[in-house]
Amino acid sequence: MGAANNVMVFIETRGGRIADVSLELVCAARRLAGQLDCGVEAVALGYELEDELQRLGHYGCRQVYYVADRRLAHFTSVPYAKTVVEVIRKHQPRIVLFGATTMGRDVAPRVASALKCGLTADCTDLQIGSHELKNVVYENVLLQIRPAFGGNIIATIVSPESRPSMATVREGVMRLDEADPDGRVEVVSEACPVGDDDFLTEIIEIVREEKQVNLKAAQIIVSAGMGASDPEALELVRQLARLLGAEVGCSRPVVDSGVLPKDHQVGQTGITVRPNLYIACGISGQIQHRAGMSEAKRIIAINKDPQAPIFDIAHYGIIGDVRDVLAKMIKAYRTKA
Amino acid sequence: MGPRMIVTVKQVPDTHNITGEAMKEDGTVNRAALPAIFNPEDLNALEEALKIKDQLGGTVICISMGPPNAAEVLKECLYRGADDVVLVSDRRFAGADTLATSYALKCAIEKVGGYDLILCGRQAIDGDTAQVGPQIAEKLGINQLTCIAAVVQVDEQSITVKRSVEDGYEIVRSQFPVLLTVTAEANQPRTAKAKLVMSYKNIGKELCDDSYDEAYLSPGTCSAVSHIKEWNVESIGADPQQCGLSGSPTKVKKIQSVVLTACESKQIPNTEAGIAELMHELIAENIIG
Ligand SMILES: Cc1cc2nc3c(=O)[nH]c(=O)nc-3n(C[C@H](O)[C@H](O)[C@H](O)COP(=O)(O)OP(=O)(O)OC[C@H]3O[C@@H](n4cnc5c(N)ncnc54)[C@H](O)[C@@H]3O)c2cc1C
Ligand SMILES: Nc1ncnc2c1ncn2[C@@H]1O[C@H](COP(=O)(O)O)[C@@H](O)[C@H]1O
Repeated sequence: MGAANNVMVFIETRGGRIADVSLELVCAARRLAGQLDCGVEAVALGYELEDELQRLGHYGCRQVYYVADRRLAHFTSVPYAKTVVEVIRKHQPRIVLFGATTMGRDVAPRVASALKCGLTADCTDLQIGSHELKNVVYENVLLQIRPAFGGNIIATIVSPESRPSMATVREGVMRLDEADPDGRVEVVSEACPVGDDDFLTEIIEIVREEKQVNLKAAQIIVSAGMGASDPEALELVRQLARLLGAEVGCSRPVVDSGVLPKDHQVGQTGITVRPNLYIACGISGQIQHRAGMSEAKRIIAINKDPQAPIFDIAHYGIIGDVRDVLAKMIKAYRTKA
Repeated sequence: MGPRMIVTVKQVPDTHNITGEAMKEDGTVNRAALPAIFNPEDLNALEEALKIKDQLGGTVICISMGPPNAAEVLKECLYRGADDVVLVSDRRFAGADTLATSYALKCAIEKVGGYDLILCGRQAIDGDTAQVGPQIAEKLGINQLTCIAAVVQVDEQSITVKRSVEDGYEIVRSQFPVLLTVTAEANQPRTAKAKLVMSYKNIGKELCDDSYDEAYLSPGTCSAVSHIKEWNVESIGADPQQCGLSGSPTKVKKIQSVVLTACESKQIPNTEAGIAELMHELIAENIIG
């Protein structure tokens, strides 16, 4: 059969809209496909998505296998996994990418188990390279690069003997390219392979909670660590953020101690951000935090401990008490003229 | 009668203080060099099972796959009120990725049999993959509910849970059998009971090929567990080809420990003048408006 051996992306939709991470993955897939000299394709499940799927073309996806079924409008594990497995069996991509979201991390392992193929979770980088195993050299394999052991180690994982190679990637990790409004995608209808008795999960209620912050889109982030989590310091963090038109981020212990909600958390288990400016206030700069912000264009670190690791990656370091330093920054900005 | 529940628990290296030396040449972990702990979210999975047992009765059986030392986490399960524990241990399981791990655990679970609920932690902190749970469910051909933030309601046939998702949450229900992956949000794990610690502190392991001891689990006959059951490749009827390294499609190509690359950094004096100058510089470069 004319298997194309393309790079495929699992398209996640929420409320009829394609998730940002899926578009980011289409861009990543295009870069990989460029090296492999193949195409980018996608699989989408749901209902009334035809128009929305056109957006995939703007990012370089040429074909989307679309399984339209009212019962697939909302995610449930078994029907989604079975459908994706069937599409993969039929079209035989060499690589399949999923968002490392609750949905992607639910469906991808089930798919990998059914296909007995390798799957690497939460990759931070994907490359193409060769790998030698038992005296056989495999060319053009997917190098799946990810942190392991609490972020202390970077591992490169390969799965050359099984097909496809599958990986999940968190939102914000891959760069979203400029959209090309003239890019076209062909929507290829696929039959739904699942029967009613595969729908084993009954959805009782879906509650959408508006996100309070949008860290990913922020150009400037003022971020509070445990050194800036008392009410006085936090108020100064908020004030500076308001003045600069910035969003407020934070480290994990600030979330764990209930000071700020989880959407504010930057880092390995939080959100990966790339703002123009990141102001780290009372953040020690542990590896798990840095994993989410080290690619900011400019980093200002404020910490009273001159040895704090955050200073190793900061472009500007200010040693001092956060309250004192933030007050000075606010004053300097207000009198900027 | 109450549901029959199986909880999978893993002993993991404490990932807080790990360096490159803790890794072996082949890219696998040198566990001996690291303090080993009970995987945190597996304690949440166990707690959820024990809570259901408190409410409805039933049995809680814990399974761990790992080296002989993993018996320690199974003892911890007994201290908290698990009814029985099984250690799946064999050199041939070594080097397993999530696929080979879920295969071995699936074989062990089938040998226990008759389950209503399987509870796993959402993820293990050594790899943070969150794959083993869903892969066990797929191999058993049962439904799964992942990333559980709370159990809303449970009865003799079904369970209703709250799942946290990116843009809010959902309340979903499944009939038994179903596999759940539980997050730290779901509960506060209970501590060990002194009485149980006393009775199980010196419990030993016993390699056994015999099938699962049903009589033990029938209500009324519940005497204390006399040993930790230890099962190997043969006792769970596993195909050795699908176990350990040979059953693992993913290979570690390379391991690097993370090194800090210090960047060009400018020390700003903590004075009004120093900070004003910094702010002006950022404005001049259009980084702030
Ligand atoms: C698997 C795993 C995943 C993780 N994921 C994340 C993640 O996604 N994001 C994350 O942030 N963390 C994460 N962590 C936690 C991470 O390891 C650190 O514990 C955390 O980032 C530390 O936060 P912190 O710097 O705010 O607090 P601390 O380490 O307590 O540091 C506080 C800092 O503030 C300074 N300070 C105190 N008072 C003042 C003051 N008055 N003025 C100025 N400075 C002051 C101190 O000198 C210190 O450097 C994770 C950990 C693990 C094991
Ligand atoms: N070796 C193991 N023995 C028992 N349970 C395991 C093992 N590995 C993983 N699990 C279970 O699967 C969950 C997810 O693990 P992981 O996919 O490694 O993040 C864990 O929280 C455990 O409940």
